Amino acid sequence: MRENGILRIIARFLIPLIMLFALYVQFHGDYSPGGGFQAGVMFAAAWILFVLIYGLEAGLAVIPERAMFVLSAAGSLLYALIGLLGVMLGGRFLDFYPLLDDPQAAQQAGIILVEFGVGVTVASVVMLIFTMFARRRGDLGQAWHPEEHD
Amino acid sequence: MTILEWMPFSVLVPLIAAPLCALLPGRVMPWSLAMLAVIASAAISALVLPAAVDEPLRYAFGNWPPPFGIEYYVDAVNAFLALLISAMAVVILPWARKSVNQEVPERQGPFYALFLLAMSGLMGITLTGDAFNVFVFLEISSLSTYALIAHGQRRAALLASFRYLIMGTLGATFYLIGIGLLYIATGTLNMADLAERVPEVSDTRAVRAAFGFIVVGIGLKLALFPLHRWLPGAYANAPSAVTVFIAATATKVAVYILLRLVFTVFGVEFALDMPYREVFFTLGIIGILFASISAIDQPTAKRMLAYSSVAQIGYIALAISLVSVEGLAAGLVHIFNHALMKGALFMAVGAVIYRLGTNRVEDFAGLAKSMPWTMLAFVLAGLSLIGVPLTAGFISKWALIQAAIAQDNWVAVAVVLVGSLLAVIYIGRIAEAAYLRPAPENRAPIREVGPWMMVPLWLLIAANFWFGIDTSLTLDTATRGAEVLMGVGP
Amino acid sequence: MDLLGHYNYYVVVVLMMIGFYSVIARGNMAKKIMGLNLFQTSVFIMFISAGKVIGGSTPIYQKGVELYSNPLPHVLILTAIVVGVATTAVGLALTVRIREAYGSIEDDDLIEDDGEDADGHGNGQ
Repeated sequence: MRENGILRIIARFLIPLIMLFALYVQFHGDYSPGGGFQAGVMFAAAWILFVLIYGLEAGLAVIPERAMFVLSAAGSLLYALIGLLGVMLGGRFLDFYPLLDDPQAAQQAGIILVEFGVGVTVASVVMLIFTMFARRRGDLGQAWHPEEHD
Repeated sequence: MTILEWMPFSVLVPLIAAPLCALLPGRVMPWSLAMLAVIASAAISALVLPAAVDEPLRYAFGNWPPPFGIEYYVDAVNAFLALLISAMAVVILPWARKSVNQEVPERQGPFYALFLLAMSGLMGITLTGDAFNVFVFLEISSLSTYALIAHGQRRAALLASFRYLIMGTLGATFYLIGIGLLYIATGTLNMADLAERVPEVSDTRAVRAAFGFIVVGIGLKLALFPLHRWLPGAYANAPSAVTVFIAATATKVAVYILLRLVFTVFGVEFALDMPYREVFFTLGIIGILFASISAIDQPTAKRMLAYSSVAQIGYIALAISLVSVEGLAAGLVHIFNHALMKGALFMAVGAVIYRLGTNRVEDFAGLAKSMPWTMLAFVLAGLSLIGVPLTAGFISKWALIQAAIAQDNWVAVAVVLVGSLLAVIYIGRIAEAAYLRPAPENRAPIREVGPWMMVPLWLLIAANFWFGIDTSLTLDTATRGAEVLMGVGP
Repeated sequence: MDLLGHYNYYVVVVLMMIGFYSVIARGNMAKKIMGLNLFQTSVFIMFISAGKVIGGSTPIYQKGVELYSNPLPHVLILTAIVVGVATTAVGLALTVRIREAYGSIEDDDLIEDDGEDADGHGNGQ
């Protein structure tokens, strides 16, 4: 598919837009529809589109598999850390009120941080799942040649 | 911090340790972290139990007051079960170390991460007071269990895992349908809130359908006959350590959630209005007889014990079908005691697999000479399974028989006795091979397993006898729990 | 009873039965997983359609709107969707490995060969 000019140009045009929209959904998730799950999946979808056009090697050059693995754990740890912060400041687990003085700002800060962790985890896990399935084809003896599947 | 504030950490510590564990390299570090997390969880559970018996503990996550937020609601029933799960994990992990080194040689970080996830999922199901949260934790523990089973050495592990995945997901989705119907009918998911609102709408078809979906869905998860088809394959092909853990805990948690929903949420009267009693009584009896007879001619010890587990689920189903404080207490005690004896039995078989590489019944021939302590432990745990006096198994069967006699239910008494006789036959098959038959001459000499496996195994054997003599922890707590479920007593 | 008023439940039941039938009747593991997905999706629709309040607006705070639809089922189902994705991923991963180990993904052709011949340890007769 790398040779197909239309696909390449459309993808080049779309990938940044998808990523931008993913970031919008991520950071407006506190007061409008959206949040970490949706944003993470969209972000990963942009990367998967990139891999479908340019091949898995190019995709893994952007973000190596090990990095996805670490990020997926780091995101969920960020979530847990924010949750624990509430406990340390004298509240309940995932209690955001103790984080800041203004209750509304505290809820907003807490949910943005937590959703950021969710987003990172979801994006990296979806990319990781895709990578592992794409790799399997290679293990069966047929290299991943996106060109064959147009 | 107070005991209430510590309580949710018995779920959170293993849950948070899991992603850390996945990142750790090598073999020692992931195991050590898992061990620390599990010990912390068990210590918290042990502290929570006495407090929860006195008065239910309620913890609202994020300080969102229930029924709007998720709350953990811990009383005598689930504190008892949480202690069982976490204590079993503490005993199993040291045993697992050697066995996992052999069966899962590389990438142990993810393996122990999955173990922690499975364990925290089971703990979460037990402690939560929110019906939807149960679904989420059910899936966390189930998904990690599927992946753990697929770690088995033989390719059949993949097939068993896949079949378990299909059945388990169907079960969880049935549960979700039931919860959805309840939510549509009442507008709440908090169990305490549901318990108040269900009686107002209990004569609607939606609530009756919800009851059916929930019972069938959880029936799949707890391997109630005839929904047990996934269990023998899954137990037989999983890595030994995983078999020990899920045999001791997973189906028990499903029994708990069934009890909690049927008795606390729907209420005793509603359950008696539905064919709850008849269904569980019939399936329990058929399950005991069918699974015990099937266990007799299984080719391998693990498969035999797996069928025995289905039979034990039958005993529990029979006990909870009696719908009395004594019956429920017998069921809860059997949940606890069965974890002790089946844990010990699977550990002994796992030790044989560790040394011999096989667990076919013929291959046990003459093992009592080369592995005397393992085989002695097997026989002692087997005695407990049969229900010989002075063992834990006797206590639960005695409680069950007394509860049945109190209702003049002689069929149940007869079935329990026949089931015990059948257990003599299938445990006897292995004991006969190990003690009376000569070892095959072409077998390479084998040694007894080391202390890493021996100490946890004998700890469980000791527990089998301890709880066979001193019943103050088990029977009293279970009776208290049964009173809570039936809504009687203080 | 207003038959058309229960339109969403008819859709749910039809989808549910199609999915359930595929899980039970299909031997192909990939098709079983598709059936499982369909089965789960029907439950998601049941939850979400139950959250609609007639005349209610989208559950985002706006000036001049009094009646909102119930946002809670959406949040619950978001979680359930994630669970469904994870189940699908695990199921497909197992399918891929079963294909590698057995050379087939037809469930009816495969048996759990518990006689321990597969791992070469079976030395008994």
